[in-house]
Amino acid sequence: MDLLNNLALGFSVALSFNTLFLAVAGCFLGTIIGALPGLGPSNGVAILIPISFSLGLDATSALVLMTSVYYGAMYGGRISSILLNIPGDEPALMTTLDGYPMAKAGRAGDALVISGVASFVGAFLATIGLMLLAPYLARIAFQFGPAEYFALYLLAFATLGGMASNNQAKAAMAACIGLGIAMIGQDGSGVPRFTHGNLHLLDGIDFLVAIVGLFAISEVFVFLETQGKESSIGVKLGKVTVPVRDIIASGWTMLRASLVGFVAGVLPGAGASLGSFLAYMSEKNIAGEKGKFGTGVPRGVAAPEAGNNAAAGGALVPMLTLGVPGSGTTAVLLALLMTLNITPGPTLFTDKPEVVWGLIATLLIANFVLLAMNVPMVKIFVRILMVPPAILLPGVTMISFVGIFSLSGSDFDLLLMTAFGVLGWVLRKMDVPTVPIILGILLGGNMEDNLRRAMTLSDGDIMFLWSSPIAIGLWAFAIAGFVAPMFLRNLLKKPQAVAD
Amino acid sequence: MIVVALGYILSATTIQTPLFPDPMGPKMFPYMIAAGVILCAIVMILRPDPEADWPPVQAVMTIGLAVVVMIGYAMALKPLGFLIPTAIAAGILSYQLSPRPLVAAAAGIGLSVGLFVLFRYALDLGLQPFPKDWM
Repeated sequence: MDLLNNLALGFSVALSFNTLFLAVAGCFLGTIIGALPGLGPSNGVAILIPISFSLGLDATSALVLMTSVYYGAMYGGRISSILLNIPGDEPALMTTLDGYPMAKAGRAGDALVISGVASFVGAFLATIGLMLLAPYLARIAFQFGPAEYFALYLLAFATLGGMASNNQAKAAMAACIGLGIAMIGQDGSGVPRFTHGNLHLLDGIDFLVAIVGLFAISEVFVFLETQGKESSIGVKLGKVTVPVRDIIASGWTMLRASLVGFVAGVLPGAGASLGSFLAYMSEKNIAGEKGKFGTGVPRGVAAPEAGNNAAAGGALVPMLTLGVPGSGTTAVLLALLMTLNITPGPTLFTDKPEVVWGLIATLLIANFVLLAMNVPMVKIFVRILMVPPAILLPGVTMISFVGIFSLSGSDFDLLLMTAFGVLGWVLRKMDVPTVPIILGILLGGNMEDNLRRAMTLSDGDIMFLWSSPIAIGLWAFAIAGFVAPMFLRNLLKKPQAVAD
Repeated sequence: MIVVALGYILSATTIQTPLFPDPMGPKMFPYMIAAGVILCAIVMILRPDPEADWPPVQAVMTIGLAVVVMIGYAMALKPLGFLIPTAIAAGILSYQLSPRPLVAAAAGIGLSVGLFVLFRYALDLGLQPFPKDWM
């Protein structure tokens, strides 16, 4: 009954004109962001956050807008995968495998519709999963003390870092860089650190500046470097009809892929890319040789799209209940929450139920909006894909600058953002993942606070960190999550081999 | 990276101790981070990855120019207002992507005006269109 009451509360928030408008706008923007190659969900959300602040939106509205963008981007990623053979974002990589062959065979419209429906199934089931699982997890999280939180943060770094890079040392290094940056400014007791007398640094580095720099601006540099190399030979989109038989035939595929994707999303660090990869691989194995995966079969586009959209919803679970993001984009969403002075975690469900349940209700509605946008209206987005990069890229840059500038009005922040952009580009060249850096900047303060609180409670006894079963379990998972990818790497290398 | 980490430690030693110290104090955590960086750097030196393929000088120059443009833009935005620096910066970036001067100029001016209208009127951001003295 609790659930129904909560949902009623949620819908009472979501069904206002204002919220609905933001959700529709977010879905629209998100689909565009997802569809444009090079502008992934994390970039898109990062650029839009400062702008949503300067609009003066309240917490629920800003969250609704941004998560709609996030969901929309996950839907939109498939459009350029299918039409251009370029994934619109990283999780849509697996969709190119069967989507582009289908498009070449003249079935681009079918592929778009099937993947649109699959996205809907995945995202919808994941939202239901979020609804059921999140309150339960929040209840467990109430038992967490400082030692457990410290272990939890470690777990997030270990798994996210372990997945994000091919080299554990590089991922760990990235996490440490992020933590180091988080230390700049005043600590919990008001002692200035690493400011070198610079007044701008006293408040610390705003994580939005770092995020927009590391994601969006470095993306511009990468694009400048690789310009012209990626030839995009578009496929004409024929008539869009609804291939009912194919959709029914891939029904079980969508359901199974949604489940796989959701689980992958809930695990901290795994995220949507892993969700779509696992979903595609498991369906391929189930179908066997007869399935002809990779040659342009409908199930081959249904599986990864259901998987990645389900993972996108799943990744919200740890972010909302524990304050630990499950993927790069949820890390950006966490930054949004923290800037709004909302502390995600178990208390969010008791203190601010209207935010959580309003969000969940909006996501349910957003899914239907997205289904409508991505099936009947898909042609509009196809047209937007034709915007030449020579206009798109400067536009992205200017929006990033104006966004940050309108937030702080400080040219120091703009310079800092450019510096982060250069840093991000250099690190990407060196194959050092940037997501752990963001995570480090976001969680660094909390992580230190919890460690110091734990040490104060135990009077400096380091064994306190391993004193509860939950903490020991988290440590074990953290170590496993960090070490396991070293062995799984051979398995994970496969998608590139398939893509070639 | 080791050098950076050592510098970080050095900088951390200058952190003042607060009036009411807790068992860990403000220095310990930065020390732990620096230790982590050093450890990772040693691992990376001992087990190096294949060298990253650095782009040709020309591409680095392109990016370098883009950085200069952004720095200039960051400095110019406050004193010169939105329209002029945006048109110039967007125009240069556009030219770097497709070297057709007329198209780039049009893209720069179009983006500048278009974004200004969008930000100022649709989103209601308080942007300064021109240098303050002109107003």
